[in-house]
Amino acid sequence: MARFIVRRLFAVIGVLFVISVLTFLIFQVIPNGDPAARIGGQHANAATIAQIRHTWGFDRPIYIQYLKTMGQIFSGTVVSYSQGVNVLASIRRGLPATLSLAIGAGIIWFTLGVLLGVITAVRAGRFSDRALTVLAFIGVSCPPFFLGALAIYYLGYKANIIPLGGYVPFTTSPGQWFSHLIAPWLVLSVLFIGIYSRVLRSTILDTQHEDFVRTARAKGLSERQTLFRHVLRNSMIPVISLWGLDFAQVIGGGAILTETVFNLHGVGQFAADSIQMLDVPPILVITMLTAFFVVLLGAVVDIVYALLDPRIRLSG
Amino acid sequence: MAPAEPLLRVEDLRVSFATEEGVVQAVDGVSFTVDPGEVLAIVGESGSGKSVSVMTLMGLTRGPNARFDGHAMFGGRDLVSAPDSELQKVRGNQIAMVFQDPMSSLDPVYRIGDQIVEQIRAHEHGISKAQALDRAVDLMERVGVPRARERIRSYPHEFSGGMRQRVMIAMALSNSPQLLIADEPTTALDVTIQAQILDELRQLRSETGAGIILVTHDLGVVADIADRIVVMYAGRVVEQGTLDEIFYDPQHPYTWGLLGSITRIDRDRSERLPAIPGLPPSLLAPPSGCHFRTRCPHAFERCTEVPELISRLPEAPEHLDRCWLEVEAKRSLRQLGDQIGLATGETVIS
Repeated sequence: MARFIVRRLFAVIGVLFVISVLTFLIFQVIPNGDPAARIGGQHANAATIAQIRHTWGFDRPIYIQYLKTMGQIFSGTVVSYSQGVNVLASIRRGLPATLSLAIGAGIIWFTLGVLLGVITAVRAGRFSDRALTVLAFIGVSCPPFFLGALAIYYLGYKANIIPLGGYVPFTTSPGQWFSHLIAPWLVLSVLFIGIYSRVLRSTILDTQHEDFVRTARAKGLSERQTLFRHVLRNSMIPVISLWGLDFAQVIGGGAILTETVFNLHGVGQFAADSIQMLDVPPILVITMLTAFFVVLLGAVVDIVYALLDPRIRLSG
Repeated sequence: MAPAEPLLRVEDLRVSFATEEGVVQAVDGVSFTVDPGEVLAIVGESGSGKSVSVMTLMGLTRGPNARFDGHAMFGGRDLVSAPDSELQKVRGNQIAMVFQDPMSSLDPVYRIGDQIVEQIRAHEHGISKAQALDRAVDLMERVGVPRARERIRSYPHEFSGGMRQRVMIAMALSNSPQLLIADEPTTALDVTIQAQILDELRQLRSETGAGIILVTHDLGVVADIADRIVVMYAGRVVEQGTLDEIFYDPQHPYTWGLLGSITRIDRDRSERLPAIPGLPPSLLAPPSGCHFRTRCPHAFERCTEVPELISRLPEAPEHLDRCWLEVEAKRSLRQLGDQIGLATGETVIS
């Protein structure tokens, strides 16, 4: 276990290094990406831009720029090019909304995904399976901005059941927190529920043909006992790995569309704004944050694997 | 004299499955009985319907595409038509089953002990977990698992194939079944382990008095354990009789072929191991008449009619077969040198 953790820590460092270098380089080569021109604004003359370039250090060699930016990130002083605000402070401000979105939606999409997967597998080929399959495909095909717009228009504007967007901290009002988040949770979950239920359905159908499931029936267990004790536990691994990755992305600010449509002011929305401005420092930090969560959740998923299946050993 | 009521009486069992290509008649009118303390071997190639027959007794072939006919009377109950809820009480309790592949027949994610306990507690609701674990240890010791008290906490992947099959047998015995069905229990094991597992089964029969159905494709396996043998081919019983009758006076050419293909150490090593030519027929469209006629070197016109499964030997009324050949012709045709076997070339019958 200790070895596993140490190895994963090294993995985090490696992944963060590679991701940060790649992200940094991408913004050096994309067209119209010169930050000095953006900071200078539309009417800046060449002298002003050269002046900006010198003050911000854009005229230094690229590896110096990279090292300087990384130093600022880890000392917490990095500022965005476009607004000059402290990036880490902005992310910290957005994190409660993003965490609330991720945790609530993560629970909903995991629970409903598993539930629908089990139902469709057990009723495979019958009407309820087909109906839910069609629904799952519709869910998978609906982008969050579309579903979100529908929810805000019909449930918010027309029916006035939910607020029109925004985020209220839990500490301010738990009721308001919930009513502002319920629609984003569901909208974000729909896609994942569709995918998870399809994946689990097919894994369950495969597992049901395993010899040990036949043994379970031959032992005199009921269909329900066979399903929950033997089939389901052996079918959960793909869904759990999916969940780890998806949850990590959302918590790292990946739910850009949902956060923007519902105006949650979370990390994802900050990422969206920064991408529009081609603002490298926030994008760099958010990308690294997402990568960090992906590696972290990957380790958690591996630990859960080992708990679920004794044949799997933690080796890093 | 057979006892008044056998432990199990299977009568005219028919099982068919609807598939995309058509209806597969997997079992086509199979009848046999098993007495308490008796070992009945069901022998045949893959696809002969032997596994489907015994799994049907447990209700394990039931499904939306399966059709069943006939009866299987066990303890006053018809296993073919009994509702699932009733069969569930019989499975793993009065009738238990050991499967072919011990590597995949145990759930990889649970400890051995818990899997045995699960079966005990599925049928004995009052028993505590500790009591059930004690019994599981006893059972494992009985089937020859060393250090059973410790090994009960192991997972299946920590056991060898032979040990896993012992666990499967221990599990099958956990509720003292009256009938044990062993479906190819030694096929996936090394030869030395095979002998040990057969020893266990033999010992069991004498200790518990349970009836045993042993399903196998290998007549060699049944030679020193079976009391009676049922030979199946393409869904039908082609011959049945006592061990001696089948080994020393086999009536059906398919049985000759099976006997001829047993590996024997007294055979000249330069000889090729005889095999039955051709492949078993497709059960979607089996040949008319005798199903074996397309592979039988002794087939003649009459074989296009289905021969009945009857005794053709006045001295052995329980020795049944499905072959039109005259008894005297059979006795000469099956003799290849000093051994019984199926001739490979065409043989003209006068």
